[in-house]
Amino acid sequence: MADSLVLAVEAGAPNLVAGGVFAQWAGIMLVLPFVAFLLIIFFGKRMKYLGAELAIGAMAIDLLWASVLFVQNMGTGLFREEHFEIASIGVFDGRSLVFELGWLVDGLSIMMYFVVAFVSLLVFIYAVGYMHGDVRVTWFFAALCLFAGSMLVLVGAPNLIQLIIGWEGVGLASYLLIGHYWEQKENSSAAMKAFYTNKVADVGLVLGAILLGLAIGDFSFSAISEAAANHAQPLEAVAFAGGLLLFLGAMGKSAQFPLHIWLPDAMAGPTPVSALMHAATMVTAGIYLMARTFPVYQDLVGGEAAREWMVPIGAITLFAMGLLALVADDIKKVLAYSTVSQLGYMMTAVAAGGYTAGLFHLFTHAFFKALLFLGAGSVIHAVHSNNMSDMGGLRKEMPRTFWTFVIGSLSLAGIIPLAGFFSKDEILATLDHEGYQTVMWIAVAGAFVTAFYMTRAVALTFFGSYKGHGHPHESPAVMTVPLVLLAVPSVIAGFLNIPGVEFGGLGNFTSWVGARVVTIGDHHPEGIDWTLAAYGLAAGGLGIVLGWLLYGRDEETQAARDLFEIPVLYPLLRQKYYMDHMALGLVGFTKGPSARAVDWINTYVIDGAVNAVGGGTRILGRFVYGGLDQRGIDMFFNGVSAATDSAGLAVRRLQTGRVQQYAMGFVVGALVLVLAIAVFN
Amino acid sequence: MSFQAWISEPVNWVYLAIGSAVLVSGVKVVTTQNVVRAALFLVATLGGTAGLFLMLSAEFVAWTLVLVYIGAVIVLFLFGTMITRAPMVRDTGLDNPKARPVAAVLSLLVFLTLSYTTLTAFGSTEIAQVGVPTDTRVLGEALLGRFVLPFEIVGFILLAALVGGITIARRDLNPKEEEERGSV
Amino acid sequence: MMVNQFLVVAAALFALGVYGLIVRRNAVMVLLAVELMLTAVNINLVAFEAVIRSSQAVGQVFAIFVITVAAAEVGIGLAIILMIFRNRQSANVDDFSLMKF
Repeated sequence: MADSLVLAVEAGAPNLVAGGVFAQWAGIMLVLPFVAFLLIIFFGKRMKYLGAELAIGAMAIDLLWASVLFVQNMGTGLFREEHFEIASIGVFDGRSLVFELGWLVDGLSIMMYFVVAFVSLLVFIYAVGYMHGDVRVTWFFAALCLFAGSMLVLVGAPNLIQLIIGWEGVGLASYLLIGHYWEQKENSSAAMKAFYTNKVADVGLVLGAILLGLAIGDFSFSAISEAAANHAQPLEAVAFAGGLLLFLGAMGKSAQFPLHIWLPDAMAGPTPVSALMHAATMVTAGIYLMARTFPVYQDLVGGEAAREWMVPIGAITLFAMGLLALVADDIKKVLAYSTVSQLGYMMTAVAAGGYTAGLFHLFTHAFFKALLFLGAGSVIHAVHSNNMSDMGGLRKEMPRTFWTFVIGSLSLAGIIPLAGFFSKDEILATLDHEGYQTVMWIAVAGAFVTAFYMTRAVALTFFGSYKGHGHPHESPAVMTVPLVLLAVPSVIAGFLNIPGVEFGGLGNFTSWVGARVVTIGDHHPEGIDWTLAAYGLAAGGLGIVLGWLLYGRDEETQAARDLFEIPVLYPLLRQKYYMDHMALGLVGFTKGPSARAVDWINTYVIDGAVNAVGGGTRILGRFVYGGLDQRGIDMFFNGVSAATDSAGLAVRRLQTGRVQQYAMGFVVGALVLVLAIAVFN
Repeated sequence: MSFQAWISEPVNWVYLAIGSAVLVSGVKVVTTQNVVRAALFLVATLGGTAGLFLMLSAEFVAWTLVLVYIGAVIVLFLFGTMITRAPMVRDTGLDNPKARPVAAVLSLLVFLTLSYTTLTAFGSTEIAQVGVPTDTRVLGEALLGRFVLPFEIVGFILLAALVGGITIARRDLNPKEEEERGSV
Repeated sequence: MMVNQFLVVAAALFALGVYGLIVRRNAVMVLLAVELMLTAVNINLVAFEAVIRSSQAVGQVFAIFVITVAAAEVGIGLAIILMIFRNRQSANVDDFSLMKF
């Protein structure tokens, strides 16, 4: 692929090197999980941990490999593309469309490899404890390996076709894993819902891929990026439609409004699945797609026009979904709506032109959201219930879960100096710089809502008194160690991309993901804009305070505080009450009617539309089966077979068993042949 | 060659005589109602054919025909006739009357096709050297030289026919007799 | 001598053989008709040999082979007819129509 490197240098991209043996053989990372999958299928049941060892081993090797690539990418960026031609079709003007499979090693894919491998490994380890005693542990780990392999195939795809292959693979794995407890009908229905919704979006993906690929006769990302950077006319013509169609595909996988409906229901799957797929990796595939094809959206007029449509959708997702987290009792649903909201953040950032901002938020979000989910899983495992109304006061019994959960929540709320602060701040800066002031304020409001519902979740789960019936205790080390390990990047990952700060000659996150075949011309701020940061922090702080005020107090503590404060600070207490009233009044509108309305729209309008489509499809299916298939096609085939039967009966009579008649036929045939030859010669 | 020239050659008189004998015998083979007479008319046909062969300088083939066909095959036929107890007297049931018209038409067509083909193809080809015998040594060298493989295969065929014929026509012994004779 | 005079005789014999093959009811008679056809073929072969006069008398060699194979075939054919006659007490080909539909 030296040609691509040369072109990259010409296009003004930063100096890229081809990397060493790790880049050359990076395909091993993609293949290893599938090997593990096969081994688990065949040998998993006999192993001590029922196949988990194979999964963890494969992921550990992948993590090591990805880490090496990550380190190599610091400093001078890596770029290497290896592919193998599988088939080619000669299409027109002597050009041919080639179907290639292979792997791509550049800044963006290395970042994704690392995230996928890191979070997958920790989730796998966690799942050994969480899924202990489950009826289908071996298949669970096999499906997880299938997922991890497909995700790596997706992010390592050098062309749109392989990306689609990986995309469908993760969709399949998602279906299998959401429906893990398929004995309950609602779980298998949730899996189907996820699959159908994604399928609707995949129409866009495939059509968009075809449009873009056929426009320039090449599906590979290098070719598309270069064509976009050079403002190639064929690509320009399809940029708007193709860009929007690809975005449609991304909407499905990354749960943007209105195709977000599958994600809350996907919580029916085991919590490790929610943590890995529906928080950190699979749902980010849409964002990844947008980032991978970013030159189309950035350099082409049609692509920029497409972005005008993407930003509002991202903004709606961001805000409206956050509100839904406020009325949820199930802790996983809170986190699910939170994920959708954060995906809205990422999509808005990328759509606004913030390539690095969106990807950085993807990076940090993967860590703290996976942490939050695993923490929730730890609580669920202890309490045997998903609902926060069965929880409370767990911080005493489950300290490690509590502290890591708090760290994750604070990071999510964007509190300095945790990771979420830096990534959220960069998004706000990008929105401000690109001129999307309104959206920026929506994002700030979203930060408020985020902090608010997370505080509520923390308060209801870990504070107050235990409202459940069991005896919850801290989870075993195999589950809490991953929590701690995820808490570390949730704290420090933000430092990787402080605007204007680079680590010696090693660059920072911006330069790492910027190591692409063409330069990504997104805006890089020189330093932190403290005004914007202040807005974000204020919104987050306000959310925490109000959340605490509203939910942080039980009757017990309130009564105690009452008893304590009445003799001394009565008016002040009153004032607190007034603040209470104000807070209630201020929040009342947000919490009450508005959130309920959104919930109603969510349940009846959007779900209703999807159900109608499902019902319509069922009717169509019945018609096709009954009318077309049974009557039409089956009758046709029955008719054909009946005709063959009667023809056979008729021809049977030739077989009289009499040799002389056969001889007669023989002679007649010979005569006919001779005459035929004579006539036609 | 004109008919005049042709008829004036003595060879062709001989040909006419033998040829008509062959044809008449042939007709009789397929039309006679007596089984034994059919076989004997075949003898006559084959004899005439041998004569034709002699005219065509194929002496060895002619005598092989007489020896093998007339000497052995016809005898075999007569044996077969006897064993299947075919009525040796006139039997009107020997022909299938329904098939006669069809067969006649068919054989006429065959004859016409064949003769038309040969006449158009070989209209004026003459047999150059009449009366020059074929050296038997040539035949022998050919059989054991160029055609040694077919020769061996034909030997094998005869062996197979021999063994097969015996096996097929053997009277099935009932188990007691088999044990007595000690044969399979 | 024209070669055609022999070929025509052979054609006539062949046609007669076809007639006999179709018309005759007795299995042995049918075999006789087949012999007629084989004789016709022999005449053809030898006649062509007389025309081309190849150095190795190819036509005559072929005719010898035909005669030999015909003899073998008659032997087997009669053995089969014998067996059938033993089983069914009839040599009438109309009765041998077991292999029908």
